[in-house]
Amino acid sequence: MPYQEEFLLRAYRSMKTIREFEERCIKEFMGGNVPGFVHASNGQEAIAVAACIDLSDSDIIGSTHRGHGHCIAKGCDVGGMMKEIMGRSSGLCKGKGGSMHIADIDKGMLGANAIVGGGPPLVNGAALAAKTLGTTNVALSFNGDGSANQGTTMEAMNMAVVLQLPHIFIYENNGYAEGTAANYGLGCDSLTDRNAGFGMPSECIDGNDFFATYEAIKVATQRARDGGGPTSIEAKCVRFDGHFIGDPQLYRGKDEIKNARKDQDCLKIFRDRVIKEGWLKAAAMNAIDKEIMVEIEKAVADGLAAPHPDPATDLLSDVYCSY
Amino acid sequence: MSTAHTKGNQMTTNSKIAKIAGTTSMKSYREALNDAIREEMRRDPTVIVLGEEVSGGAGCDGQDDAYGGVFGVTKGLMPEFGRERVIDTPISEAAIIGAAAGAANNGLRPIAELMFFDFIGVSFDQIFNQAAKFRYMFGGKSKTPMVIRGTVGAGWRAGAQHSSMLHSVVTHIAGLKVVMPSNAYDAKGLMVQAIRDEDPVIFLEHKVMYNNECEVPDEQYAIPFGEAAFPRQGKDVTIVAISNMVTHAIAAADILAEEGITCDVIDPRTVSPLDDEAILESVEVTGRLVVVDEGNPRCGLASDIAGIVAEKGFHSLKAPIRTVTAPHTPVPFAPALEDAYVPNVDKVLAAVRDVLGA
Repeated sequence: MPYQEEFLLRAYRSMKTIREFEERCIKEFMGGNVPGFVHASNGQEAIAVAACIDLSDSDIIGSTHRGHGHCIAKGCDVGGMMKEIMGRSSGLCKGKGGSMHIADIDKGMLGANAIVGGGPPLVNGAALAAKTLGTTNVALSFNGDGSANQGTTMEAMNMAVVLQLPHIFIYENNGYAEGTAANYGLGCDSLTDRNAGFGMPSECIDGNDFFATYEAIKVATQRARDGGGPTSIEAKCVRFDGHFIGDPQLYRGKDEIKNARKDQDCLKIFRDRVIKEGWLKAAAMNAIDKEIMVEIEKAVADGLAAPHPDPATDLLSDVYCSY
Repeated sequence: MSTAHTKGNQMTTNSKIAKIAGTTSMKSYREALNDAIREEMRRDPTVIVLGEEVSGGAGCDGQDDAYGGVFGVTKGLMPEFGRERVIDTPISEAAIIGAAAGAANNGLRPIAELMFFDFIGVSFDQIFNQAAKFRYMFGGKSKTPMVIRGTVGAGWRAGAQHSSMLHSVVTHIAGLKVVMPSNAYDAKGLMVQAIRDEDPVIFLEHKVMYNNECEVPDEQYAIPFGEAAFPRQGKDVTIVAISNMVTHAIAAADILAEEGITCDVIDPRTVSPLDDEAILESVEVTGRLVVVDEGNPRCGLASDIAGIVAEKGFHSLKAPIRTVTAPHTPVPFAPALEDAYVPNVDKVLAAVRDVLGA
């Protein structure tokens, strides 16, 4: 068996937690318990978990507006996340950030980011710090296919090569930049080929396949730790929900999501694989499912019961370290 | 459609602008903007629209024109004018603004959409170092007739990076005109002017106002820049407010009117150029000034207007000027905090009572 049982169970638990968290977020948003703009990552769980499962808290990730999965995969507290998304004072960012700005610096989660292309230059900075300070830490940026076309992203890729930074650029290519086809916004045929042009190893993998994604990122991460510089990994995946929750998704083809949920569900693919290989038993995963449902239920109940921030004390604080 | 010949739009009752003859319809801020752009595109083939999902669905298997802009302002333009004139772009704000500026210098009149105006950060060099400076640094030999549209403001629980009021940042930059309509009537007339204007115009739409309706003339009309509107007239206190803050200023004025306190509510409509004459003339009568602005207070529009009045209208003042702004923080996400962040009617009322010594 190429993988430890403990590793597989951990991977499954993390992916399934993301799935249930996102599905519940959609429900709570529709029920009016979650304000603002929320971008769900259900369908893309395998990439987040494959990228983060071997990382320590001192390895850094930078995320996107679609960041819940990255947070969970990096070890952020699900209860603290739900409170944050509900705008409560005991949320991970005291309710000041919200869904698009969840961060947990202690966990090496540099933040979701509501600016497309906002993350990669910052993650270069985290990688530069690791290199300068002489640690073996690495930094990973999650990018959408849309982010690939921002100047900030391309500048960050070039500089990562120039400075040989331990930065793994992960592209979650879910086929859509908001409501525009990825292959419309990308001028060339292949993002992977374009990224190779920056002078870094560049690979395209099936992001619905946890194992393929894990193996590719593992190689890239080790190369970065060894001083071998940045890597680009394009993971093809599927976004099960809209650009934002409530998006009518008029731009998507008939039955596209239904078919994707049937044939391209990374969780189903994982389960089928581990059962077929005899690596895990269904019962073990079913038991995890039950635990997760309890955890999510508790996160929602705790979130709804949590106090709102108090403008008298919370509105003006935290702008500066000192005044 | 309404043919009622009334004062048309309450919001602009005492505007210097001549009333528009002909029919009017109840239109939302969104529809008014759509009308303005559509008619200008029909009239002038050099007008184009470009930005992220200004149509939507490009390259996808589903419906075309799936968004018409995330707030639906440009909905229906692509089916009428085609993808050559309604251009969905990659998510590349610097390239969008640069393309608009370059095209404006070469015979087109682009309307570039930044979606959330917070995204100006990604494209800022193309705006302030390029488009804004061309005419001056090229000795008056070039013109850059472009419009940059973006949605501004808090109230949608959209968080720190989708809720900013950055009008003061662009107002600070010489070479840019900055337009901030507070109602559908002004939105249409100012958009027409913005498209016909020969200079780069920043057109800021407040995201909580898209569904606000009022009577809007069906024909095209341009509202000149630098001419304030006077939605309420009074003699006791001058309230200058912009964008969605005009709504609160009017509400406060109506409450105070019942107490016998009359307010001169001034909506500058464009903050660059600014109708400072209208403000100074009003303060000459009232002697008291409250400025209401959703932006941050430091180096902001409220302090700018207060500074103009302090410098040029000091001898008219009977009380210190009061400003009502957001606090000096980013926009918080939590509803409890965001509601406390945005100026509201109560804060306007308190400021007015304060300058009255009441």
